[in-house]
Amino acid sequence: MVFSVEFIYIIMGIIGFCCSIYTFLDKANPRRISSGLFYLLYSLTLLFGKVIPPFYIGIMVILMVLIVGLGGLKKGSYEEATEGQREERRKKLGNMLFLPALLIPIITVIGSKLFVNVKIGSLQLLDPANPTLVSLGIACLIAILAAVALTKSTPKTTIKESRRLLEAIGWAVVLPQLLATLGTIFTSAGVGKVVSDMVTKVIPETSLFWVVFAFCIGMAVFTMIMGNAFAAFPVMAAGIAIPLLIKQFGANPNQIAAISMFAGYCGTLMTPMAANFNIVPAALLDLKDKNHVIRVQIPTALCALAFNIVLMYFLIK
Amino acid sequence: MVLIGVALIIIGFALRLNSLVVVTVAGLVTGLIAGMPIKEIITQFGEAFTTNRYMSILIVTLPVIGLLERSGLQNQAGHLVSKIKAATAGRILTIYLLIREIGAALGLNSIGGHPQTVRPLIAPMAEGAAEAKYGEVPEKEKEEIRAHAAAADNIGLFFGEDIFVAVGAILLMKGFFDQNGIEADPISMALWGIPTAIFVFIVHSIRLYFFDKKLDRKLRGKTENTPPISKKDVS
Repeated sequence: MVFSVEFIYIIMGIIGFCCSIYTFLDKANPRRISSGLFYLLYSLTLLFGKVIPPFYIGIMVILMVLIVGLGGLKKGSYEEATEGQREERRKKLGNMLFLPALLIPIITVIGSKLFVNVKIGSLQLLDPANPTLVSLGIACLIAILAAVALTKSTPKTTIKESRRLLEAIGWAVVLPQLLATLGTIFTSAGVGKVVSDMVTKVIPETSLFWVVFAFCIGMAVFTMIMGNAFAAFPVMAAGIAIPLLIKQFGANPNQIAAISMFAGYCGTLMTPMAANFNIVPAALLDLKDKNHVIRVQIPTALCALAFNIVLMYFLIK
Repeated sequence: MVLIGVALIIIGFALRLNSLVVVTVAGLVTGLIAGMPIKEIITQFGEAFTTNRYMSILIVTLPVIGLLERSGLQNQAGHLVSKIKAATAGRILTIYLLIREIGAALGLNSIGGHPQTVRPLIAPMAEGAAEAKYGEVPEKEKEEIRAHAAAADNIGLFFGEDIFVAVGAILLMKGFFDQNGIEADPISMALWGIPTAIFVFIVHSIRLYFFDKKLDRKLRGKTENTPPISKKDVS
């Protein structure tokens, strides 16, 4: 293929690598060497993930965690534009400023919908493994060029601005990947089966309401533990939905599937384990409490969970 | 026994220890308890970390957002909104919730997202609306508005996307039922998601309506109040 997923990872790696150089050089950061090392190691895992044997990637990940654990990751100083400068540039550029930002979703949608099956010669244009990701990556590259041209910035400023944002996110940037790793280890250690066994043990199998209740709550709780509703569904469906709801109470599998996945999503809204939805945004938006987004979501999530239980119960009844 | 890892996670998060450390320790301990040799656990760490690189795609959006912010993108977003009299933080987020949910239901997941849409556009618009209405907004309320902006993105995405037939979740469930010899139909699965999707939209819009009322109560007519300082700083 012309544009592969690996190509996008390399771009991400290059951005991270360039940022780490500025971190190393940042005299105002009391921990500039260890902080720089953190971003350098991370960018190397992005760049060479496919080349370096997994064992050594694992070692690099643990080193990164050690740096964070020992307090070696600190924020630096950035020659930020003052409010006045920003306001001045804003007045000059006006609504044109939205253009590069809007290019990202527009090109991503066009790319992932219209160019999925486009071929150049015998080569697929976009990696069929994940066309949306590749489209997003290419959209961002085009948007970067547009933003550089529009704001008349140098590549140096571009990297410095990227570093400011990257350091604002800090360690949270690797948390989603690390949590996915934990999920894999949980799965191979059999955590899923233990949880579903526990849930099946406590429910009275003859009461439809309580089976539905346990199933939906189980989906939510399991998702909260694993951080991912996709991991919860096969386990909970095999443990409760198929033997009890579908085989014993004759429920419609389509209804069960739709509603149970939403019950799982209610769990996603309430757990720090779903870091890319809950923790990374808190870091991105400069929220002091990393659980602030979760706190805001809990009431809606609980209402939705209750609704799902009631809806499923009445549909089966 | 393998639940010790889960317990470690819960304790670690409850004590607000650094999440990276908690997750890594829980992973190592769970692997050891399950009888995996340490070398294999580390290899699994490396393998899974590499396969899941796609989760960090936000890095590729940073240069654009950084440059535009430097040129006042957030100010412009706020400025644009402040000219609309009827705009309030809650109303803007309700509209965004609607667009996000319908977009996701049509398979257009990539129209939103925290790094490329919420931080540069939606959050500043909501904050801008509040500032146009109340003047100076204390940091505590600003954080509350930004947290609501992030929440609207998540809620819209989650409860919209399962209505789209070709989404991963639907295909996963279809595959699972097929394996177990149960007949299932993706279109019907997607359609049965609609009641919950509508319910969630209504509930969350009502919450955003009351969020506006809360801001009204707190901020109306007071400008000289010093912003309260948040006690917790967890980073």
